[in-house]
Amino acid sequence: MSMNNIGRVTRLSGDQLPELPGGVTFTGNRALMLEEPLLFELGSTDRCGVDLQSVPEAMDRLGDLARTAPIDLPGLSEPETVRHYTRLSRQNYAIDLGIFPLGSCTMKHNPRLNEKMARLPGFADIHPLQPQATVQGALELIDRLAYWLMTLTGMPAVAMSPKAGAHGELCGMLAIRAALDARGDSRKVVLVPESAHGTNPATAAFCGFTVENIPANARGRVDVDALKARLGPDVAAVMITNPNTCGLFEPDLVDICAAVHAAGGFVYCDGANFNANVGRVRPGDLGIDAMHINLHKTFSTPHGGGGPGSGPVVFSEALAPFAPLPFVRKTREGFELVEEMQARESADHNHSFGRMVAFHGQMGMFVRALAYMMSHGADGLRQVAEDAVLNANYMLASLKDIYTAPFAETGPCMHEALFADDFLGPVGLTTLDLAKALIDEGFHPMTVYFPLVVHGAMLVEPTETESKASLDQLIGAMRSVAERMLASPNDFRTSPHLAPRRRLDETAAARKPVLGYKAA
Amino acid sequence: MRYLPLAQADREAMLATIGAPDIDALFIDVPESARLGGPIAGLPNHSPEMLVERELAAMAGKNLTAGTVPFFVGAGAYKHHVPASVDHIIQRGEFLTAYTPYQPEIAQGTLQVLFEFQTQVARLTGMEVANASMYDGSTAMTEAVFMARRVTRRKKAIVSGGVHPHYVAVLNTLTRFTDDEVLTHTPSLTSGTPGDDMTTLIAAIDTETSCVVVQNPNIFGHVADLTPLAEAAHAAGALLIVVVTEVISLGAVKSPGEMGADIVVGEGQSIGNGLNFGGPYLGLFACRDKHVRQMPGRLCGETVDADGKRGFVLTLSTREQHIRREKATSNICTNSGLCALAFSVHMTLLGEKGLRQLAAINHARAVQLAERLARIPGVELVTQRFFNEFTLKLPVEARPVIRKLADKGVLGGVSLGRLFPGVAELTHGMVVAVTETATDNDFDAFEDALDEVLA
Repeated sequence: MSMNNIGRVTRLSGDQLPELPGGVTFTGNRALMLEEPLLFELGSTDRCGVDLQSVPEAMDRLGDLARTAPIDLPGLSEPETVRHYTRLSRQNYAIDLGIFPLGSCTMKHNPRLNEKMARLPGFADIHPLQPQATVQGALELIDRLAYWLMTLTGMPAVAMSPKAGAHGELCGMLAIRAALDARGDSRKVVLVPESAHGTNPATAAFCGFTVENIPANARGRVDVDALKARLGPDVAAVMITNPNTCGLFEPDLVDICAAVHAAGGFVYCDGANFNANVGRVRPGDLGIDAMHINLHKTFSTPHGGGGPGSGPVVFSEALAPFAPLPFVRKTREGFELVEEMQARESADHNHSFGRMVAFHGQMGMFVRALAYMMSHGADGLRQVAEDAVLNANYMLASLKDIYTAPFAETGPCMHEALFADDFLGPVGLTTLDLAKALIDEGFHPMTVYFPLVVHGAMLVEPTETESKASLDQLIGAMRSVAERMLASPNDFRTSPHLAPRRRLDETAAARKPVLGYKAA
Repeated sequence: MRYLPLAQADREAMLATIGAPDIDALFIDVPESARLGGPIAGLPNHSPEMLVERELAAMAGKNLTAGTVPFFVGAGAYKHHVPASVDHIIQRGEFLTAYTPYQPEIAQGTLQVLFEFQTQVARLTGMEVANASMYDGSTAMTEAVFMARRVTRRKKAIVSGGVHPHYVAVLNTLTRFTDDEVLTHTPSLTSGTPGDDMTTLIAAIDTETSCVVVQNPNIFGHVADLTPLAEAAHAAGALLIVVVTEVISLGAVKSPGEMGADIVVGEGQSIGNGLNFGGPYLGLFACRDKHVRQMPGRLCGETVDADGKRGFVLTLSTREQHIRREKATSNICTNSGLCALAFSVHMTLLGEKGLRQLAAINHARAVQLAERLARIPGVELVTQRFFNEFTLKLPVEARPVIRKLADKGVLGGVSLGRLFPGVAELTHGMVVAVTETATDNDFDAFEDALDEVLA
């Protein structure tokens, strides 16, 4: 224990924490760590946090279809509502609090300018079905964003409406299906690397394709020989992630694309990891046919605790005619939103596979993404990729002497560094234990147990918006935790100890699901 | 550059730690043919915040915003007043900048919100269980049809002509490539009950039918009693899927659950979320307990931690893509978490009392306007039983009328010609939505403008 010059304790180690008198507090709170009951335990159906006008006199047209039975929806006054949600918010980790090194998720800073721009009434308070003459600025914004996406990827077409990454994958794979159908080709097999995101095989299956895995080589890349050997008249497409989910660039991608095309197939690229390439490599130069772009990853729109996302898809010339509706076109009179009927008459779009969503896509995310792109510009985006890759390699270089680093010897990584838990094997601890120990250190852990090709994977993606000091602190914590885990493993089997909750029983949650509140 | 903390000295020190001579050495795996010498051509360089703001504000300024004009546009997206505290709460960084709650010990805030949201949605729809949200109403409906296939092991879906045509289009897109059979119907503007094809639907149900899909209130605003349809579907072993695009209606109209629905999907935008030119919106998805393991999307469940304290986790993930891969119930990963939060906060502010009152105001105002507009010569009020949206049949094609109304500064509704291109019978139809935001002055302006345009 150390003290400052007025005798106040400045540092306590874990075993020196004083016990609370009696061991517990009356409230269950611990100073700023506040417990919060459920809304259903706080509110009541007669309480209301809005003042509404009175109901005007008019004939009731619902008759016996009026809802008369209780709905049982509790309300709260405005101060109680604000407090309920503010208290809950404090039980969350977030980028605004610290580094969020979740591999393959690109948790970068979310600029507040984006939020301000998306809330301009000219974007936020317009209806998707207003006459087009009244929304020319909105269509112009979509057109401008489309131009940025096509230019950054070096691809000739883009579909804007997909609502998230997996929805973009679906868009790309449907275009491939439509293109094959248009030439009367019934190929059914889609090749997916073992290391792919789970959404890839799920999407391919959703489109009626049969999924086959392609193995990785010892260097963590696609086994090109195995892939080429499998190509043939039954292979519709290859879905490939670049950089791949081990955080490595696929150096043979140009060769792979050429081989797939020669065999009559298409190449779908999962663009989840585009942050490593943005402004520095155009995927179009590699020969791909379609790629989705997660605006909520590379282009800084907030993740919001699980969405909303946005997943525009860029297309090659071969797939462009099959892209979905609607789309924006620039005409002499202004911008035109091309919906159902006109599309069939338009020469460039008469093969469209149809509509993927009601209305036109995630406008709110479009505004944020464009604000971000304009802020960075072509030069800034190049720097984004470079700093993202630099930060990841710095993490790799600073930890690979302690942490098992499966592919570190094959050269630099891209935007994320992959580790494994082999080094913890001798003391019987795992990746999960390490992740939970990092929670006690005040960090959100890295992605764990993904990709599946590595035992006990830990995928660290710092992003470019972390300073060197921030990385050094995480590196220090990761080294310290690893050393302590190896020295006294029993201290770490039940981490975290300091979070709002200890380890949660997920098995019990799944065995007997309680998915909504029921009064006791 | 304001979003990049690394200084040049940091970069050099870090390259030295890595042992790389320069940044290019880290991009060594990029094929030479794809290496670029500098910033990508054809794009501007970085820009200060003030200039970005100025340029985007100029674009925003070219749009006619709903809040500045008499506004009656609906058809799947609705203008309601969203309390200021909703937007304040969703902008808290702990919600805004968090990820999917994969580490539950430090994500209890998001998880408890989702648990409360699921409960609110289940009660609102009259169902037993709801998921943590989908992209939007249209994609939720398609997922519901696929869920019905998994539950019934049948492949034929029967879809009412009263369902939002964009929703039907999305379903058609995705079933074009599967072996599902989708039986759609072209709606007709039957006087009094537009789009109500219940008799046809009931006649079409057979032992191959997985589900019947119907919207209530339907795209024309018509509200129907779905009980006979539920009974017919269940008698044949099929499920009833009910679509709700205006969730405020659930504060006034008997819930789908009470009418026998097996799956309820909806667009939740009306509560807590702005118009946003069509997105991001909020897909609602609710069903019966017995079908929960066939449900798509994320689910939050209650459990306890190692100290026995109540806590929440994402659960039943063995249905999901990251575990099941090609055998998953759906490929969905991201949902609409922040929109669900906005919904939940607004719903909490309303409570049952506020929701019922808000719904009653919407209904009464719509009835008032409908009766006024129906007095204009040549205008027929086609919908008789409606909530806050109704269909008018005009003496002329509606699409040019709506453009002329806009020229007069009135956003008067949606033409059925735009929603159902190529259906000649519907071109004179116009769907008008009325919410609590419309004033008496707005009513006057609309009535006068429509009168003038039709004169």
